[in-house]
Amino acid sequence: MNNIFVYCEVTEERSIADVSLELLSKGRKLADDLKVKLEAVVIGHKVTKLEALLYPFGVDVIHYADDEKLFPYTTLPHTTVIIELFKKEHPEIVLFGATSIGRDLAPRVASALRCGLTADCTSLEIGDHFDNKSQTEYRNLLFQIRPAFGGNIIATIINPETRPQMATVREGVMKKELYSVKYKGKLNKIDARSILKDEDFAVTIIERHLEKSRIDIKNAQVIISGGYGVGSKENFRLLFELAEILGAQVGASRAAVDAGFVEHGRQVGQTGVTVRPKLYIACGISGAVQHRAGMDQSAQIISINTDINAPINQIADYTIIGNVADVIPRMIKYYRKNSK
Amino acid sequence: MRFRIIVLAKQVPDTRNVGKDAMKADGTVNRAALPAIFNPEDLHALEQALSIKDKIPYAEVILLTMGPTRAAEIIREAMYRGADHGYLITDRKFAGSDTLATSYALSLAVKKLAPYHLVISGRQAIDGDTAQVGPQTAEKLGIPQITYAEEILSLDAKKIIVKRRLERGVEVVNSTLPALITVHSSAPPCRQRIGKLLMKYKHARTVTELQNETKDYTELYNERPYLLIEEWSAEELKADNEWLGLSGSPTKVKKIENVVFQHKESKILSNSDKDIEKLMQTLISSHIIG
Repeated sequence: MNNIFVYCEVTEERSIADVSLELLSKGRKLADDLKVKLEAVVIGHKVTKLEALLYPFGVDVIHYADDEKLFPYTTLPHTTVIIELFKKEHPEIVLFGATSIGRDLAPRVASALRCGLTADCTSLEIGDHFDNKSQTEYRNLLFQIRPAFGGNIIATIINPETRPQMATVREGVMKKELYSVKYKGKLNKIDARSILKDEDFAVTIIERHLEKSRIDIKNAQVIISGGYGVGSKENFRLLFELAEILGAQVGASRAAVDAGFVEHGRQVGQTGVTVRPKLYIACGISGAVQHRAGMDQSAQIISINTDINAPINQIADYTIIGNVADVIPRMIKYYRKNSK
Repeated sequence: MRFRIIVLAKQVPDTRNVGKDAMKADGTVNRAALPAIFNPEDLHALEQALSIKDKIPYAEVILLTMGPTRAAEIIREAMYRGADHGYLITDRKFAGSDTLATSYALSLAVKKLAPYHLVISGRQAIDGDTAQVGPQTAEKLGIPQITYAEEILSLDAKKIIVKRRLERGVEVVNSTLPALITVHSSAPPCRQRIGKLLMKYKHARTVTELQNETKDYTELYNERPYLLIEEWSAEELKADNEWLGLSGSPTKVKKIENVVFQHKESKILSNSDKDIEKLMQTLISSHIIG
């Protein structure tokens, strides 16, 4: 069987993005399951300490295309380099981060290679499949598991016939784990100049600036999150008040964002951010799978909901049956009273 | 020459307002219980196209969608808001298409509408959230793609300048034309229907819809041929059957599970002062907060 490849994104600081390191950790496990090698694809320019950073994640080969025209990322040159590489290497599985880069690049690559791609997987496993229609047994397929239909169902997707099997995964979904600090792989340099054509530079970057979103819920230890049940933008102020006092961040469900209560940058879930805080307080959130997928790894979950049957309560450590507008002011009051 | 803009749009079940009857007893989705809507980000895409038409009088906006007969609803909706024409690609052979097979069919229809300058779609549809069809269609057409677009800053016959909204910032790019753009929800919302256009296009129908009408539209359509919404089948697109529907889809659904929540021992608290105070004390004493 052929190897597992992970496309590694280069950050502004010329290092490798966290999401890619998480995927290398997952890729290493899959490679061990399948007894194949793990290979990293890095396309950029002057990436710092590349080998020292990646080998400890269990990387056997780093394919590195280093050229000033390859950084910052643009779609076509990266697509061309990857397609050339894959035509030679025939990967079994390829993983991309479900970022604005991965979600731009992976579909273009999949279309060119005519292979399957599954977006925003929340779990990846190896398994066998028997196709009843053709009476064919497929061994060791990649099971790509993702919520679909707005998070109302969970689908397991497979690519029985085509290779590579490709998937994107959001940041924070897989766990970043070193494999062995002494692990050593080898470096394969790709000569990008010999591959790239003039048409690959049809899109040029005129200007780019970081607008670091002030909202950083991903790294928050405590998150107070609100759903449609919060009821209004005004009621969300209570959540901000509690967050201020606890040193927490305010998150939201998709329904709350769609209703315009808060900005999209706060959305937790499959189409938002995946979080693992010490404490997650879900206020007026019913708990669709697409939301749970982004927060069910939280160490402690408290649900405040008027509906005792809200699905979120089933993964909560504590459920307070009550109205958000009524409960939160008292949480603030008793926190102040007891914290001194 | 007219400046031709093709908007790719999809009619989707409104998964954001899933009620209690949205799932059938056997755990499958009850599509009939979900209202069919114009995919929200595709409306943002339509607005981008219409705002170009506001500025360039020789621009024309064509809406292209793939789906069952019913999907003609979103073509009419687009016409009420300012689109010039629409085409429905519809065929049983498209059933079971994944994003790759869908992008193949769409790309054939776009080619049939050549010469075109710009293809615009929403970033993703709410029933799948994959964001794959845009880039895959661009690849099949062999044109550049600009995803996550928030604003078209300038445009002429040969190039376009677009502002993209990314996780950590903003990027302004220049692309040659033709190009495909996918529009992010941070772009301006779509304008509302225009009364005059609603009157003009309210009798617009596809051939299949006309066959199901009890009223005779022959005379009206002779007088106003622009009311006919064209339908294209796989054959009219000269599609290779191998690339369509299930056989053209490398991804297969192995299993669909209704959402099952694992039960965790959850302590149910009342909203009494006593319970809330006790909870806050527990959180503080276990150093989770404070």
